[in-house]
Amino acid sequence: MSPSLTQGSQHRWLLTLLTLTVVLLSLAPSLRLLVEALSDLTQGSNAPLWRVLQSASTWRALSHSLYTSGLGMLIALALGSLFAFVITLTDIRGKAWLVFCFMLPMMIPPQVTALSWLQLFGPASPLLKSIGMAPPLGSPQPLYSAEGIALLLGIQSAPLVFLALRTSLLSLPRELVEAARISGARQTQVWRHIVLPVTRSGLVAGAAMAFISSLGNFGIPAMLGIPAGYYVLPTLIYQRMASFGTGVLAEMAALSLLIGVLALAGVALQQYWMGRSRFGLVGHSGRAHDFSLGRFRALVTVLLVSVLLVILVAPLVALVVSSLVPAMGVPLNADTATLNAYHEVIGRQGATWRAMRNSFWLAGGASVVLMLCSLPLAYRLQRLPARLQNLTLSIIELPYALPGVVLAIACILLFVRPLPVINVALYGTLGLIFVAYLARFLVVCLKPVSASLAQLDPSLEEAAQLAGAGPWRRLATIVMPLIAPALFAGGLLVFLLAVNELTVSALLWSAGNETLGVLIFNLDEGGESVLASAVSVLVVLMVASLMLSLSLLAPRLPKGVVPWQG
Amino acid sequence: MAGLTLKQVTKQFGEHKAVDGLSLTVEPGEFVALLGPSGCGKTTMLRMLAGFEQVSAGEIHLGDKLLASEQHHVLPEQRNMAMVFQSYALWPHMSVADNVGYPLKLRGVRGAEYQRRIGQALSLVALEPYAQRTPQDLSGGQRQRVALARCLVTDPSVVLLDEPLANLDRHLRASMEHSFADFHRRTEATMVYVTHDQSEAMALADRIAVMQAGKLVQWATPETLYREPRTPWVASFIGQGSQLMIDTGAPGRRISGNELMRGLTSPASQRSQPVLVRPEHIQVHPDAPSQQDLTARVERQTFRGERYELHLHLNSGETLLAYHSQALQEGQQVALTLLEGWCLEPDQ
Repeated sequence: MSPSLTQGSQHRWLLTLLTLTVVLLSLAPSLRLLVEALSDLTQGSNAPLWRVLQSASTWRALSHSLYTSGLGMLIALALGSLFAFVITLTDIRGKAWLVFCFMLPMMIPPQVTALSWLQLFGPASPLLKSIGMAPPLGSPQPLYSAEGIALLLGIQSAPLVFLALRTSLLSLPRELVEAARISGARQTQVWRHIVLPVTRSGLVAGAAMAFISSLGNFGIPAMLGIPAGYYVLPTLIYQRMASFGTGVLAEMAALSLLIGVLALAGVALQQYWMGRSRFGLVGHSGRAHDFSLGRFRALVTVLLVSVLLVILVAPLVALVVSSLVPAMGVPLNADTATLNAYHEVIGRQGATWRAMRNSFWLAGGASVVLMLCSLPLAYRLQRLPARLQNLTLSIIELPYALPGVVLAIACILLFVRPLPVINVALYGTLGLIFVAYLARFLVVCLKPVSASLAQLDPSLEEAAQLAGAGPWRRLATIVMPLIAPALFAGGLLVFLLAVNELTVSALLWSAGNETLGVLIFNLDEGGESVLASAVSVLVVLMVASLMLSLSLLAPRLPKGVVPWQG
Repeated sequence: MAGLTLKQVTKQFGEHKAVDGLSLTVEPGEFVALLGPSGCGKTTMLRMLAGFEQVSAGEIHLGDKLLASEQHHVLPEQRNMAMVFQSYALWPHMSVADNVGYPLKLRGVRGAEYQRRIGQALSLVALEPYAQRTPQDLSGGQRQRVALARCLVTDPSVVLLDEPLANLDRHLRASMEHSFADFHRRTEATMVYVTHDQSEAMALADRIAVMQAGKLVQWATPETLYREPRTPWVASFIGQGSQLMIDTGAPGRRISGNELMRGLTSPASQRSQPVLVRPEHIQVHPDAPSQQDLTARVERQTFRGERYELHLHLNSGETLLAYHSQALQEGQQVALTLLEGWCLEPDQ
């Protein structure tokens, strides 16, 4: 056997082994959940699955989930595509700032978004009190409603649509647009006939991502829905677990199965659409296009800026105002302004620092581990037959597509007893949250890498192979540098998602192991809105400064690493 | 169909002048090539003609209509031009027929007339059976022909071609060259063809604009370019030949063989006029040369099928390229008769 052949098969076996391991780890929680949900089916109408399916609350929560996520998806689609098309295609000014501000809501944790919007409306709003516009006491908080939840879900997931569509738009070769223009198409016709159909896959993928993410969102329906008694599936599970503890695990598993099936249907739909409109595009790409807005430029700029004022600036101002008053319902003025809330959370509550440290370790660790796995995994996946590849991708997507609450339930089931052989108990430690994050966010890191690999011309690697490069060397010197931007972008997204995570940790945390998300949620649930606002302001500052420092670093990084930089 | 007039067209990218004061007049229906090495500004010039780039200075006219100047810019979609891109630029979400028909749709052509003109365009490039395929199903040459059909489906006043053969193999090139020439004959459209391949330009174009570092070096028919290149750079870029230094003659003048051979005999320091001698203007006498003859040694020879290419070394040190019908011995002494030469302008 020649040396290169040995090396080649060693390479293939190692990667296959890695793929199999990842697939098994992704599948294990869901399988455990399935076993639990379908257990005791022989008991007939007394089986957990039947009990859940016969309960009216299940069907009510299901329809609530579908309604809020569907409406949220439409809002996200409208906002995300407006910003993606205008910023990527046209000559509008201040693109970098517009993108930065638009991406911020995605990076801000949902519970903080919900909190800040709650501070904006309602009779107790310190901001409305301060400017004398507060509705009379006793009037309802408009956000405690299905539409309120949908609006916030839409704003939160709009950047997902934006990113997916922008990536698609940037990979649209310049020549395709130019060929249409020289054929006599006006800018609007080029957009309708060429840009929109060719980038449809990005749009559909973004919409599907927005729907799935809204379906699994816990922070927003928890903070807006629970006070109004409006339950969606994730909050229903949370509520039952909080009330009855692990005694109802079997029923919760059955309920989780229901959401799981729903989310998977969404994923299947997305993959079907992606497959239908995938083209091998040839030509110069990676550059924003230069559609001229002409005399509409001022108008469009005003439109985008006012959207940002409404969805970002106003709620954040309300949040800051709330953190500066002594108690809810007190207007802010020179006499009442106080930094007491900040003193309280930083100085006296050790929990804030602990939660921050926990979240940083979890998020940083997860993103590094996942970046290391993603490249070899994506590389091996690309070489699988198409059907097997789709199947594997679906399996890896499972823990992410499943709403966080479902994954949390599955992880509890899987790890509630100490691990066999090594006899280590993960339940009740940070380790459990870490494992859950690895499973959950793998696909976030893998997706951009896979997409980037799929667009890579195979002849580049073949040329290296002919030049004498073995499989490892090709991976390191040809594939890796070309994929690096996507890889870093994936790792970054994992970090930013994980550091703000609430849904999984809401069920998995234990005393001393709080995450940032849990801390804010607990403060707000305990009626400490002012303290929660103060922590939230600190979180927003952290997120914004993290994003800003990445922006400053962007010129030194490969192009495309920082999603909000062109 | 209309002619193009370029007046002192300049394109500046920062400090760098990609195109520098280019002036040309293209007659209606003429097939023109922009020829030059990569980076000479020919593609930038083409993109300014199409309207994808704005001119920094100068003017472009189509017939008597102003297309572009420093203040004025007609959008690409209003120029009634067509373009064949190097990457074909076929829209992946449309079938071959839809790709070809797209310019018609934009011009409001519908129904039977729409179908008829697509069919006609596809039959011109012999792709009728492929009408319902997607571009991804076609080979490189077929894609190129679809792009060509898309150009001829309307009656554009100018057709622009950006290195359209660069991605094709040699065999296909020859047949595509034929299609282009055929296409030009049928449509009589004004065509501007960008290439770095001089043989392509010579085979296709009525006139060639040779560009070097953003400037127009020579603007002439292929025959003139070959016979009367202006500078040593053009002479070496186009066709084969040898450049010698002599002490007589003046730039832009043809000199006789006798004059040329006399000019070679004076001392090297007095010879300041570059002269181009094409290989077909050298007669090689393989019999032992006499004292009076111009003699050379055979350095190397290459078999080219119908003839041998001889690389000769003159006794005075210069090298010469000549043709001969039979194989000679390497190192053999031969007598030469030079028939004529063309005096060049010294390079700036």
